[in-house]
Amino acid sequence: MIFVKLILVNLLRHRIRSLISIAGIAFSVAAMLTIVTVLQGAVGMFSGILSSDSQIIVFERNVSDLFFSSVSSTAATTIASWPIVQHADPVLFGIVSSSDHPIITCFGITSADARLRKATWIQGDRSNFANATDGVVLGQRAAEFLKASLGSAVQIGHGTFHVIGIIKTANGFEDGGVFMPLASAQKFFHKDAESSVITVKLHNKDDIPQFKSMVKSHFPNLVALEDDEFTRSYSQFKILKATAWAVGGCGLLLGGLGVANTMIMSVFTRIREIAILRVNGFSNSQIATMIFGESALVAVVGAVTGLLIGTAFLYLLKLIPALHGYVDVTIQPLVVLIVIALAFLTGVAGALYPAIYAMRIRAVEALRFE
Amino acid sequence: MTPPTSIPAAAPVVLRAQDVWKSYDQGAITVLNGVDFVAGKGETVALCGPSGCGKSTLLHLLGGLDEPDRGLISVNSVEINRHTNPLRLLRYEVGFVFQLHNLIPDLTLQENCLIPTVAAGVPRPTALARLQDLAERTGLGHRLHQRIQKLSGGERQRTALCRALMNKPRILLADEPTGSLDEKTSSVIFNLLLDIVAKEGVTLVMATHDRALAQRCDRLVEMRDGRIHEPQPL
Repeated sequence: MIFVKLILVNLLRHRIRSLISIAGIAFSVAAMLTIVTVLQGAVGMFSGILSSDSQIIVFERNVSDLFFSSVSSTAATTIASWPIVQHADPVLFGIVSSSDHPIITCFGITSADARLRKATWIQGDRSNFANATDGVVLGQRAAEFLKASLGSAVQIGHGTFHVIGIIKTANGFEDGGVFMPLASAQKFFHKDAESSVITVKLHNKDDIPQFKSMVKSHFPNLVALEDDEFTRSYSQFKILKATAWAVGGCGLLLGGLGVANTMIMSVFTRIREIAILRVNGFSNSQIATMIFGESALVAVVGAVTGLLIGTAFLYLLKLIPALHGYVDVTIQPLVVLIVIALAFLTGVAGALYPAIYAMRIRAVEALRFE
Repeated sequence: MTPPTSIPAAAPVVLRAQDVWKSYDQGAITVLNGVDFVAGKGETVALCGPSGCGKSTLLHLLGGLDEPDRGLISVNSVEINRHTNPLRLLRYEVGFVFQLHNLIPDLTLQENCLIPTVAAGVPRPTALARLQDLAERTGLGHRLHQRIQKLSGGERQRTALCRALMNKPRILLADEPTGSLDEKTSSVIFNLLLDIVAKEGVTLVMATHDRALAQRCDRLVEMRDGRIHEPQPL
């Protein structure tokens, strides 16, 4: 009880300093939570595009980005013909721009593609998709920002297309995207008889190893990965996740420096008090526990405050119309646990030097300290 | 009755300093020059002498607050300067009272007094019972939950005395315990101090400038220039 009070008393004695430290940790945690959650949401959405009603993704081996992957139509046709394959859908990814929007994701797909089958059709009909060579289907969000409706002409890149349908999907990239018939997309992006990837669903999941080995033997320049495997290994995702944790980590490091500063000041301003405790029998470990307890309390209060701020900020992001569908605010418990653990470790690390300093205080000298 | 000038032969030695040397500033200032000192069980000893003669330094060494450059310090026959943490070793053996009360101002009287028991891991009910007893004897029973800032100088020093005795130490080292108090309060506190150490059989070694107080101890040890002079007949 007194031990706890000794911790609290010192934090309350310097309220402003304690609050600044807590704020440092809180904003670091909020920043980390926001960045990691937004980027993980983005990764999840992109993965969702690829795994729509499929189990496996086939793409060109050793490409750094799927936009640079090139898979021949022959490969798509051959793979679709294998008996173990239920369906194989070639998808061509492209980036286009309109007058107000520099980046719009474009999907070249077949009319059988799951994205069209599963989407809610707000306007138009899927049966028209393959018929019109200059026709495009817009995601609902894309239709809003392109101010397009069924039948209207939209300028996309260097071409003009007619809107033959508007669909609603839960995925932000798809909802803000443009869907072209595969042949049109191949022509538009100058990728004749090619797609970026083939998304594949097998009749039986147990055949996945066999399928991978068939792809390897028939198409040595291609690689087949299960969806989860792809999400884990795709270098762009790895870079995004690493960046998110690194940026968040830098924030926490700054917060940790704030805690270190607070704890150093805390020790320096009560050298005499620590000496009194030592004279009264406090051991090195008890002194260190007190210092670590203080910093841990700052870190935990900061982390909890940061989680609240971060969560509120994420929900605010979700409410911004321009970001609708692009920000997944599903906060993963694992992320929360990692963030709290990192904040706690940062706080403890920040108290390391002050604790060592406090343990080295010689009572007889410190009692002369005014 | 005249107090004895040296330790009674029958009293077992509880504190011993043997050929103790201490200097500061890398030998530039020598404070103790081969001091030999003993204190027996239940004895009250006054260390007297001019400022800078080494009284406080000797007390600090006897209580494990500092280490001698040379020589041996033993408490209850244990050589404390061979231990890495003598303060921890002595938490049950030695209590300290300083000229400045050295209490933690944000805590209450009770909380300040419980600090040594927390350090020593004494169960809270036991510690509270001991505090209640000491507080009653020192007239602080009604002030237990007062913050230190609200206590008078005499009450603070009585609190410091209670704190020093919480773990029932066998030795009490007091460095000018009444030095910051007025004459009347000083006398009250000293009476209290002598009363408690007598009733609890505690050995008291006290550094003081106050000859009148010193003469009320069992023995007066005169220090000068870092050395102990022969005990003065009182």
